This record gives sequence, C-alpha cells and structure tokens, in this order.
Amino acid sequence: MTHDFSQEITGDNEESKNYQNQQSNTWREYFSFNTDHKVIGVQYMVMTFIFFLIGGLLAMLIRAELLTPESNLVDRPLYNGLFTMHGTIMIFLWIIPFNAGLSNYLVPLMIGARDMAFPLLNAISFWILPPAGLLLLSSFFLPNGTAQSGWWSYPPVSLQVPGGELINGEFIWIVSLVLIGISSIMGAVNFVTTIFWMRAPGMTFFRMPVFVWSVMSAQLLQLINLPALTAGLILLLFDLSFGTQFFKPDGNGDPIIYQHLFWFYSHPAVYIMALPAFGIFAEILPAFSRNPLFGYRSVAIATLGIAAISIFVWVHHMFTSATPGWMRMTFMATSMLVAIPTGIKAFAWTATIWRSKLHLETPMLFAMGGAAMFIFGGVTGVMLAATPFDIHVNNTYFVVGHFHYIVFNTITMAIFAAIYYWFPKITGRMYAEGWGKLHFWLTFIPANITFFSMHPLGLQGMLRRVSSYDPQYQGWNVIASLGSFLLGASTLPFIANIVGSWLYGPRAVDNPWHATGLEWTTSSPPLRDNFEEIPIVTRPPYDYGNPKYSVIENSDHNE
Amino acid sequence: MFSVFEYVLMAFYVAVLLVISRWIGQQAFSWMPLQATAEAQRVDDLFSFLVSIGAFILLGLVGVMVYAIAFHRAPPEDYTEGHPSRGDARLEILWTATPTLLVVWIAFQSFNIYQQLNILGLNQIVHLHTPLESAPAYAATISDLPKPASETIDVFVKQWDWSFRYPNNVTSNQLHLPLNRSTRLHLQAQDVIHGFYVPEFRLKQDIIPGRKIDIVLTPIRAGKYRLKDSQFSGTYFALMETDVYVESLDKYDQWLTQTATSEQTPVNQAVAENIQPPKTLFNSGWYTVTPAQPGIANKRKLTDDT
Repeated sequence: MTHDFSQEITGDNEESKNYQNQQSNTWREYFSFNTDHKVIGVQYMVMTFIFFLIGGLLAMLIRAELLTPESNLVDRPLYNGLFTMHGTIMIFLWIIPFNAGLSNYLVPLMIGARDMAFPLLNAISFWILPPAGLLLLSSFFLPNGTAQSGWWSYPPVSLQVPGGELINGEFIWIVSLVLIGISSIMGAVNFVTTIFWMRAPGMTFFRMPVFVWSVMSAQLLQLINLPALTAGLILLLFDLSFGTQFFKPDGNGDPIIYQHLFWFYSHPAVYIMALPAFGIFAEILPAFSRNPLFGYRSVAIATLGIAAISIFVWVHHMFTSATPGWMRMTFMATSMLVAIPTGIKAFAWTATIWRSKLHLETPMLFAMGGAAMFIFGGVTGVMLAATPFDIHVNNTYFVVGHFHYIVFNTITMAIFAAIYYWFPKITGRMYAEGWGKLHFWLTFIPANITFFSMHPLGLQGMLRRVSSYDPQYQGWNVIASLGSFLLGASTLPFIANIVGSWLYGPRAVDNPWHATGLEWTTSSPPLRDNFEEIPIVTRPPYDYGNPKYSVIENSDHNE
Repeated sequence: MFSVFEYVLMAFYVAVLLVISRWIGQQAFSWMPLQATAEAQRVDDLFSFLVSIGAFILLGLVGVMVYAIAFHRAPPEDYTEGHPSRGDARLEILWTATPTLLVVWIAFQSFNIYQQLNILGLNQIVHLHTPLESAPAYAATISDLPKPASETIDVFVKQWDWSFRYPNNVTSNQLHLPLNRSTRLHLQAQDVIHGFYVPEFRLKQDIIPGRKIDIVLTPIRAGKYRLKDSQFSGTYFALMETDVYVESLDKYDQWLTQTATSEQTPVNQAVAENIQPPKTLFNSGWYTVTPAQPGIANKRKLTDDT
C-alpha cells in the first residue's frame, strides 16, 4: 500500500549544502521545466495569482459600468466579453489551478512522499496552462473580440459569430478550455495515484490530514465529471466551426443537452474548488485553536460524501430550462442532501474553536472569516435548491451574490489563509504580521459590502449579465461597485507583503505555528526530496495537546 | 461535558436565536417585489420560512465563533491545548441528524408549495416540436394541457423583441392581462434561448427555440409591471424589456378593440441603439447580431398558425 524511495536518496545526506544550492537556484528553477512537485506547486500558485489580478481588473471594469443605470463605460459587446472572460479566468485559471498548485506542494509533504507519483506528467500538466491562458487572453486582440456568451457558453447564442471567420473569440475560448481540461485530467490522475500509493509507512487513510482527503475527493470528481464537459465543448466546437447540428434547434439539434453536459461538470466544479478550501480550514482552525479537529473521522467521510452527492445535483442550475416537474423535484431533493455533510463540517469547525486557546494570526483570521462567510453562502445555497424560490431568483444577482460568497468570500479567503499559513514553509521566511492583518480587514469588510449588496438586487429582480438596468436598482449597485474597488485595492498590501517578505523577511523556523502534520517536520523550505528519512507515522492527525507541539523548545522559538 | 449553568445558558441562547430568526423571517416579505399573483404569495411564504431557518443557523454558528474570539483568546506564548476532546459520538449524531431533519422539512415545504403552484397553473408544459412528430402525437398533447385558461396569448420572442398575439389576432409589443383570470401564454422563440420573467409574478420560464412551452398565470393585482428577458440572449440582452399591464376585464377588452383598429408604431430599443449607439468611454466595435426592424413579428403571425 505504501511506498518510498529511501534507497534513491541514501547518498544525499549533506543537508546544508543541499539547502544552499536550493537557495541560489530558486528563481531560475521557477521559470524552467522542473519536475520537483514543490517547484511546480509554486509555479502554479504564482501564475494563477497573475490571472487572479487580471480577472479582478475585469471585474472592476464590470462594476464601474454598473455604477450608473445607463450603458456608458464600455459598449455592450465588450461588456459581454468582460463578464465572460472574468468568469472563465477566475474559475479555470485562478481557483482550480491554484488549488492544484497548493495541493501539488502539500500533498506529497503531508503524506510523507518524496514527490508526486508521476513527476514528468506533473510538469506537463502545469506547462499546458500558460499557453492555454495566454491563448484565451489573446482573443481580446481579435477584430471581433473575445467570446461573449458568458462562461456557460450556452448554444445557440454562443454560436452566433461573425460569418466566415474561422478564428473567433468563441473558437479560442473552446480550444483553451479543452486544453485546460486536459491539464486538469492529467493532474487528477497524478493526485489520485499519489494519495493511494505514495503514503509513508503508517499513514493510513484515517491518519491523513483532512486537506489530503479533500484533494482526493476533488480530484476524483475531476476524473469522473470533467470528460462530460470536454465532450460537450468538442461537440460545440464542431457546431461552431464545422457545420454540425448537435445543439442547433433549427437543425434538429437540442440546446438543452449541452446544458446537461455543461452542468454535469460545472456543478461538481464548485466542489472541486470548495473542497480544498474546506481542507485548508480543517488544517488552520485546529492549529490556531490548539484543539484536535473535532470529529475528524466524520469530517473526513463528509468530504467524500459531499463529492459523491455533488455528482447528482447538476439539474438545479436548469430549473427554468423547460425541465419537467419530476426532474425539478428529484434534483431539489438531491441538492438539499448536500447540506448534511456540509453541515457536519461547519459544526465540526465551530466545535473545534469552542473552548479553545485562540491565536488570531493572519491565517486564522482568514480561515475564521472564510468559514463564517461560508455559512452565509451555504444558507443561500439551500434556499436556491428550493425550486419555487429558485424560479424567482434564477439568473438574478441573488445567484451572483450567493456564488461569490462561495468562490470569493469562502474559497479565495481560504486561499489567502493558506498562503499566509504555508508561506514560512514554502519560502523559509516569515511574512509581516501587521500587513497581513491589514490585508485581512481590507478584504473581509469590502467583500461583504460587495457581495451582500447583490442579494437584495436579485430578490428585487435585477438579472445577471445586464449591461444597463432600471434606475430603481442603482443604490445597491453603487454600494457593490465601491466595495469592489476597495477589494481590488486590498491586493496591494498583500502583494507588497509577499514580495517584500520573500526577499527580506526574517528566516522562518521549521514549525512556526507549532502545528502538527508531516510538512512541519522537515526544514523550511523543505529539502529537494522533502525528508531526510521517510517518516513513520504512529499517531492520529491533529495531535494538539501532545507536548511535542505545545511545549516551546528554546531552539525552536528563539531563532 | 457541560455544567448545568452552561446548559441553561445554551437554552437561553437558542431561545433568543429563535425569536430573532423568526423576526428576520417576517422581514423577508418586505425584501421582495409586490405580489401580483397568488403564486407570489406562496413563494414569499417559502422564502420567509427559509430565511428564518437560515438566520437561526447563521447566527447560531457565527455567534459561537464570536463568543470564542471574545472569551477564548490564548496568551501569545501559550501553545497548550484547549480541550482534549477529539469528538463526541452523541454530539456528532446530533449534528448529522439536525441538518437531515431540517432539509427534509425544507424539501417537504418546498414540495408542498410547488404542488400548490402546479394547481394554480404555474407549471410549464413542453412540447418537443420536431418534424418527425407524427399526427397521433398531436392528440396526445391536448391531454397534457394545464388548467383551462380563459384566454390564450401567443408570445413570440426574438433578438431583442417581444411580440404578443391576442385571440382577436391583434399583435402588440405590450402584454395586457385581464385581472383575476387565468391566461395561457404560448411561448415561442425564434433564434436563441430567451426567458420570460416578471419579478412581481415570481415566474420565470426559459423559451427555447424549437419547443412550444405553455404557462398559465393568474394575476391578482392590477398595475403596470416590467417583463424582462431572463436568459442571456446576446448584445442587447439588457434592453429586451416590455410593459405588462394587468387590468380589469372591461379595460382589457376595451384595449383589445382599440388596438385592433389603431395603427401601431412599435418602438424597439435594441434597433434604436443599433442604429445610434450611445456614447461610451471605450468602444470595442466588436461584432453583434443586428436586430431586425420591428414589423417582422407581425409578418410571422401569417406563417405560424399553431
């Protein structure tokens, strides 16, 4: 079941020399085709953060247009391109690949392996992404611009492209998404294999950190569900460029089949994005409340449970798409089931914090803020599963507000928490705590201002994807827009902190948070092969209360 | 695990939460638009119920977190553990059972209300319209029809124009509906998927080219509302709105006869904007489908005799 490569590195015992080499080579490694999972992880994270900034700028342009009811900042085709590209970039080039990068960095360290199962495949999966992302962005420079039909790209509207142009925005959108999908599937094969076969001796499934459970569940979903999207996109490409009629109503095709194929992946995609975030909470909340994760086994099983249920809920995106009554009721019921394992997680987080000894460092602030806002997003999610209510708010800003509470206020908050938490491990340096706290408050408050405001707008009937709106909706729109500009500005202290600390921050100790988990037992940053010796695991995870973690040793603290 | 005092404290906390969340649930009615159909009242009841439950859970859990932040802070150098408990089977069963019961309750309520909507006639009936459909199928579709309605209005949508054909063959760009009577809308899309949505009706239905979809609705409140396209339909999607008038049967009939005799000059915002685009700071000049001149919808009624 478990496997290690100890025989391969027995000669490599000059630790300090290794460390020196690594330091001097670092920045060049990150621009090279490297098979070290840690280098690939950092490559993923840095590259996706650049796409996050681009996607964020597009969002600020969208919000700027919506400051006033009239269409007066960008013309309508450009506006439609902006929200299409914003959604596509944030999902496929920020959250999903960032999670892949973080998982890449952490999973081998957390399970006590020297690398991923297939290091070469790992590097290839990463290197597909930069060209695919640049290809997508290049469509801004086409004479007729980017894809303009939203990130769903529903036919027939997505097939309305200027006649006679083979290379158009929609074509490029499909090709780059198929490439990104291939990269994700290759990554998923790698993750699942690694977690099943590369665990250190004694690292049983129920000794794995919940983060590893969540990566396993998310990557299994990629394997099961992503092929449906790839198939749908390829058929769409045939309709677009080669005159087939799969989804064209006037050619006897069925546009609704596309919606099924699309959501069969794109609903589980929410969990592919969210499960790693839940995993991050499950690592950080115990470390800063000094309690074992409450109900570890049930949380681990709930992770897999969420993944399993999420395969059977996709039609709740299609309650108004001429979906028959029986299907509406069936998928209402299955969608509500998601609340049970999710509830188990939320209760377990809360119980972990209860009667704890809280340390409110930046990672904990982001994790607690994210967990609290997730409960809000979860509550509105259950509301949306209720068909009669969904029919009213479907395609309105209520839905936009709901999923931004998930993708930004939960997942992106979790990502920031993870960056601060593992920053000392990854870089070997500490970040500046004061700047981190400033970043938290500059994110937490504007995020609520921006995305809460969307809920009343949706209840009042403001539809998503409109480039102009009735003046009655202006009040909340102005609040949302101002909040979004603050949110954009909040990334500046973050970037300053990360860049400055990476270059000049004080040296980090191996385990600055006195946290459990194998990644904290190795040096910061870890050796090329992660561990001098493959650890043998004898204890359950989240062993807080064990004197090993709770008693401060001088050497560990005063460095 | 807990002392008696703590149990009393928790019971008090839960009681306060119940009162507050019930109050928030009552407020939820005022967050919604006017109720112009009987269905709207049912939907708002459901929303209020969902808000109450949601507020209880949100305030309950966030309250515990805030309490911990206020009272369970550790001194900076204290890395000892908070509580040694790794779990509690009874507690875990309790918090698995609680959401299970809650969602079963919510699903049951939603199902009930959905059934009421069905009786009221909100349900849509879909006819797959394919050339392969043979004659006998035609007879079968009739039995599918929802609750009988006193009027049937044909709704034609295309980029970016609404057009309504009334029983006396009057065609207009305004939707007029008689008060307190059920009217069937026969929805047909020409080019891409559109959506029929009037927020005050709490009713939304995608209109899919190649399918004929019927909905029946019964407005109970006179007034002027806005009908919007609810499914993204391309460049001028935001402009695809029109007026809906709910009026007494007398006034409705009066309007019908008046419109039948008078010449209409339909105004289409998408066409107007396509001819004279508004000034915007950035002009991409990217491709758009050109909206057809108004009047084409009127011609369609001659060819489409469903």
